[in-house]
Amino acid sequence: MRGSLWQLGQSIIRRLSEADKKAVARRYFASEADLKKTVLYDFHVAHGGKMVPFAGWSMPIQYKDSIMDSTVNCRENGGLFDVSHMCGLSLKGKDSVSFLEKLVIADVAGLAPGTGTLTVFTNEKGGAIDDSVITKVKDDHIYLVVNAGCRDKDLAHVEEHMKAFKAKGGDVSWHIHDERSLLALQGPLAAPVLQHLTKDDLSKLYFGEFRILDINGATCFLTRTGYTGEDGFEISVPSENALDLAKAILEKSEGKVRLTGLGARDSLRLEAGLCLYGNDMEQHISPVEAGLTWAIGKRRRAEGGFLGAEVILKQLAEGPSIRRVGFTSTGPPPRSHSEIQDEKGNNIGEITSGGFSPCLKRNIAMGYVKSGLHKAGTKAKILVRGKAYDGVVTKMPFVPTKYYKPS
Amino acid sequence: MDGLKYANSHEWVKHEGPVATIGITDHAQDHLGEVVFVELPEPGGSVSQGKGFGAVESVKATSDINSPISGEVVEVNSKLSETPGLINSSPYEDGWMIKVKPSSPSELESLMGPKEYTKFCEEEDASH
Repeated sequence: MRGSLWQLGQSIIRRLSEADKKAVARRYFASEADLKKTVLYDFHVAHGGKMVPFAGWSMPIQYKDSIMDSTVNCRENGGLFDVSHMCGLSLKGKDSVSFLEKLVIADVAGLAPGTGTLTVFTNEKGGAIDDSVITKVKDDHIYLVVNAGCRDKDLAHVEEHMKAFKAKGGDVSWHIHDERSLLALQGPLAAPVLQHLTKDDLSKLYFGEFRILDINGATCFLTRTGYTGEDGFEISVPSENALDLAKAILEKSEGKVRLTGLGARDSLRLEAGLCLYGNDMEQHISPVEAGLTWAIGKRRRAEGGFLGAEVILKQLAEGPSIRRVGFTSTGPPPRSHSEIQDEKGNNIGEITSGGFSPCLKRNIAMGYVKSGLHKAGTKAKILVRGKAYDGVVTKMPFVPTKYYKPS
Repeated sequence: MDGLKYANSHEWVKHEGPVATIGITDHAQDHLGEVVFVELPEPGGSVSQGKGFGAVESVKATSDINSPISGEVVEVNSKLSETPGLINSSPYEDGWMIKVKPSSPSELESLMGPKEYTKFCEEEDASH
């Protein structure tokens, strides 16, 4: 996305915005007063947060340090992100698992209590409605977090199916956690810093695992997950305790963990090869095309039973016609919608996210190309403002991930 | 900066003798963040007041750069292709972008002076 300099504040929002175009337009023109504020709004402003409209919320795009420094600091030390705009949701009832399995590709039944996974909500055509991290708290309680920009359509989708499911006697209900705030603590100092604030032994909590525990005097939902490729946590905290927790985390890190905004969050997730819904994944893109085949549980591949399963299982058997791949390139950083061509100048696909990697100091991007042209090392041309620049299909993640897994 | 004229799209122009030098302002580079790529026109081409002549890419976004005046491009700052960060470190000196032979010098009168531009930036920041 581009704009003249005076559009600066806006252009980043367009690039980061997700969901359908109408929603983007609605948010884009929303006046400041219409924007929702997290309980940390004043804290952000006091720390120099540059607030921008994002998915209907006023959120910090960056603080006093640059996006470059902020991104690098998260990987070297740590970053604290306010992601309270995202929507936390609990499904409860003895049929929660079988209900959710109708809507997502994950083997929810196969998850051990206290563990979770990234999954995709699919539509009848096998396209993605949203991606979400889901956790099986207990057999009758699923906790999940969906994208802020997808909140309304996701909730409508779940509600519609829940009504039908309950009408047939299914036992499931939901609770939307609007009473809670969500903080993401990411980077090598995440665990040591958070350990100062809880008696639970965090060295026993591995990537993808979940626990309800006391942190800094408040009952929190803790998931060892994130959106940066680093080790770290997402902490769902009662909103009245969120400010104290944010302050405590910064203080315990002795200034090394810094507040980190949406700008660095976008760089970090791109370096980690993670999709941004609305850019890299959309209604018409299937999880197989998006490279998320690993997230389709084995049992689900055999049994199906989720929306769009026919389309998705057929793609699994025959191979998808397009695939999401990573690129490195010369010249200006590719951006969303940059055309991808083969070396002869034929159109082979489109970039969906791209930018300059603060950690690698070079251009990185992801996009979709025709199957067959997706192998690492395949040369391509990427068009930016009408000029073709050299690109090469590159394995993702671009920056190695550091998830905390049992050795 | 004294002696400079400013466009409301945050470019500056310094008119000295037959040639005018053009770049982006300190305010603009500060909002953009680290510049990672600069796209400039070829010498010999022409630019028009208010029309784009190039682009600046930062970690944050892509921005078009408009020319504050019309004229013929006589020189471009080739150092920016290797060291785009000059725009951040020295927006008014080493980070200049193009030199233009103005075709209608009277256009300069439509631009803002330093005080006016400072006020303009304050107002713009306040409205965001």
